[in-house]
Amino acid sequence: MANAANAPRQKVVISTRVDKVSTGARLTSSFRATIAVIVALIMLIPVAWMAMTAFKTRPDAVAVPPKVFFEPSFEGFVSLLTSRRQLTNDEIAVYQQRTDLGWADQIALIRGQAITGPSAFPRQLLNSLIISGVSTVFSVGFGVLSAYAFSRFPVPGKDDLLFFILSQRMLPPVVVTIPIFLMYRQVGLHDTHIGMVLLYTAFNLSFSVWLLKGFIDEIPREYEEAAMVDGYTRLQAFRKIVLPQATTGIAATTVFSLIFSWNEYAFALMLTSDAARTAPPSIPLVLGTGGIEWAAIAAGSLAFLIPVVIITFLLRRHLLRGVTFGAIRKG
Amino acid sequence: MSDVRLENISKRFGDTLALEEVSLHIHDDEFFVLLGPTGAGKTTTLRVIAGLEKQDDGHVYLDDMLMDGAQPADRDVAFVFQQYSLYPNMSVYDNLAFPLRSPLRRLPEGEIRQRVTEAAEKLRITHLLERKTARLSGGEMQRVSIGRAIVRQPRIFLMDEPLSNLDAKLRESLRVELKHLQKTQGSTTLFVTHDQIEALTMADRIAVLDQGRIIQNGTPFDIYDRPSTTFVAQLVGTPRINLIAAEWQDGAYRTPGAALSFARQNGAAAEKVLVGVRPEDVRPGAGDFRGEVVLVEPLGVETILHIRTGEITLLCVVSGLSSIQLGEVLSFGFAVERLHFFEMNGRRL
Ligand SMILES: Nc1ncnc2c1ncn2[C@@H]1O[C@H](COP(=O)(O)OP(=O)(O)OP(=O)(O)O)[C@@H](O)[C@H]1O
Ligand SMILES: [Mg+2]
Repeated sequence: MANAANAPRQKVVISTRVDKVSTGARLTSSFRATIAVIVALIMLIPVAWMAMTAFKTRPDAVAVPPKVFFEPSFEGFVSLLTSRRQLTNDEIAVYQQRTDLGWADQIALIRGQAITGPSAFPRQLLNSLIISGVSTVFSVGFGVLSAYAFSRFPVPGKDDLLFFILSQRMLPPVVVTIPIFLMYRQVGLHDTHIGMVLLYTAFNLSFSVWLLKGFIDEIPREYEEAAMVDGYTRLQAFRKIVLPQATTGIAATTVFSLIFSWNEYAFALMLTSDAARTAPPSIPLVLGTGGIEWAAIAAGSLAFLIPVVIITFLLRRHLLRGVTFGAIRKG
Repeated sequence: MSDVRLENISKRFGDTLALEEVSLHIHDDEFFVLLGPTGAGKTTTLRVIAGLEKQDDGHVYLDDMLMDGAQPADRDVAFVFQQYSLYPNMSVYDNLAFPLRSPLRRLPEGEIRQRVTEAAEKLRITHLLERKTARLSGGEMQRVSIGRAIVRQPRIFLMDEPLSNLDAKLRESLRVELKHLQKTQGSTTLFVTHDQIEALTMADRIAVLDQGRIIQNGTPFDIYDRPSTTFVAQLVGTPRINLIAAEWQDGAYRTPGAALSFARQNGAAAEKVLVGVRPEDVRPGAGDFRGEVVLVEPLGVETILHIRTGEITLLCVVSGLSSIQLGEVLSFGFAVERLHFFEMNGRRL
């Protein structure tokens, strides 16, 4: 179809008119798309497997060979979200007669258990949300401010300070778990929300300052200077001009900070026990009576995954858009 | 109404001395042009006036008020940047309205709309108002950024080479528009350029800046007809002025290599001089000197001739298309009363 008259004069790689895109470019791009889809599928297999396991019964979850087709069940979720008591045979007989049981009770009853109350998991999930949410807001908020300062002002010893900030990242965090544990015990931050927020903010801040500085450096100063000449203070110019330009960077930093503090395991295990315990150290500990509750663990992981997916999905437009340089003319 | 005064402004960036003892006085309603080559300190001067850069020494007065410590917002100036940046996340309308929406002004939205529409009409960008700025052409962007300055009545318009990134035709038409706008609204303007034609055509007064120092300050006529140094003489005028080294001998300045001599009414001022002759002051056809035409550049309204005599090649401009042929040997003379004499270090005698 690429006859001489119709073919574009130059090689066109992207166009809304399909007939204007050279055959080679089209093949390359569909080849690339195919590869991307295959890679994505491979990456998604464990997630899909986890989602499937969450809806399996205990025998299905440990079946050999693994079952791809199965009868879905909420057993995993019930054991994740409730605490239960093993019934004696007599009690089971009594329970089976009762008509006032809810669907969750009935699921528990299949395994000869009675629900005694909610489990700690919902509260742990809430702790995770609070701690990682607040620490993300802090690290992005402080990060934007200090990145702006580093980017625009002649801060004395700027390079040394920036290196010092970066060097915080060079230390493997696990190394300091014991000292921090002891310190937190001393000052009463052990097992508190504030303690965890402080810790995660400290860990994320160095990263977010560097990431955001890169983005803010790309925003020409002329924008703010124009705004300042136009009758705004620096802070107003920052809010009205710089922040809207930095949304891409802020979105990216938010997602990274959130994922870090959301997933953090080692410190959470050491520094929290009850009141401020987050989800990651708890999920593997969903103990059933006898044997590992794979379905419950998978259900916990699934519930744990959802907030991050939602946030990333909400911010995807900013994450994908990349940096636009707007209407600047390069002189 | 507005009056801008700089007193002995100096500004250093590390080792580079960007401005050295710059003093300027821009009067009300004046179109003042700051002319200088790249790196001369033109942008720095504007930034100091706008308060975006703090001078190391000297004072800035706006309407006789000392502005040294004032924030940019409080100086009430408008700045059209060299490398202009319209606010990219806003429409053209919002860009124009932005200065009016400043918390300092608190104008009602109705008046803002009226002023924006007015400015847009003056600059003929009404059809662009709803557009995002990223989709504008260079000329349109420049109009919008000029529009953002004229929506309010600032003390002074600071324009940093607003036309330099445009193509020649657009530049010419915007030049005329700008000058017209300035005269009709009677606004004080400090216009920066490195283009001598822009300077000569638009300015009421010109200051020539080089390496952070003001070399000369005067009307376009002063600058063109009485350049104070060879630097200024070479900066203005196309084609360039001819500069010829000559020595005082037998009552006239004579060139060593060629048989050129320049009479000077009030006698020898120095042993050796540089004689400046504007190309239009070389008169072919009659005169005491002879030379060969080595290049002819017909431009329509005028023709540039390159005339070689001895080791010197003189540029000469004659009006219209000339019948003079390449290789022709002709006699020529100078407009004696319009010669410029400079010391060897470049200062005017
Ligand atoms: N922020 C800065 N830091 C360091 N040096 C600077 C800074 N701004 C300007 N300079 C230097 O000061 C001198 C004057 O610069 P300026 O920008 O005022 O020149 P200009 O006349 O506007 O030149 P151009 O025609 O290229 O715009 C130059 O040598 C420049 O390198
Ligand atoms: Mg400049």
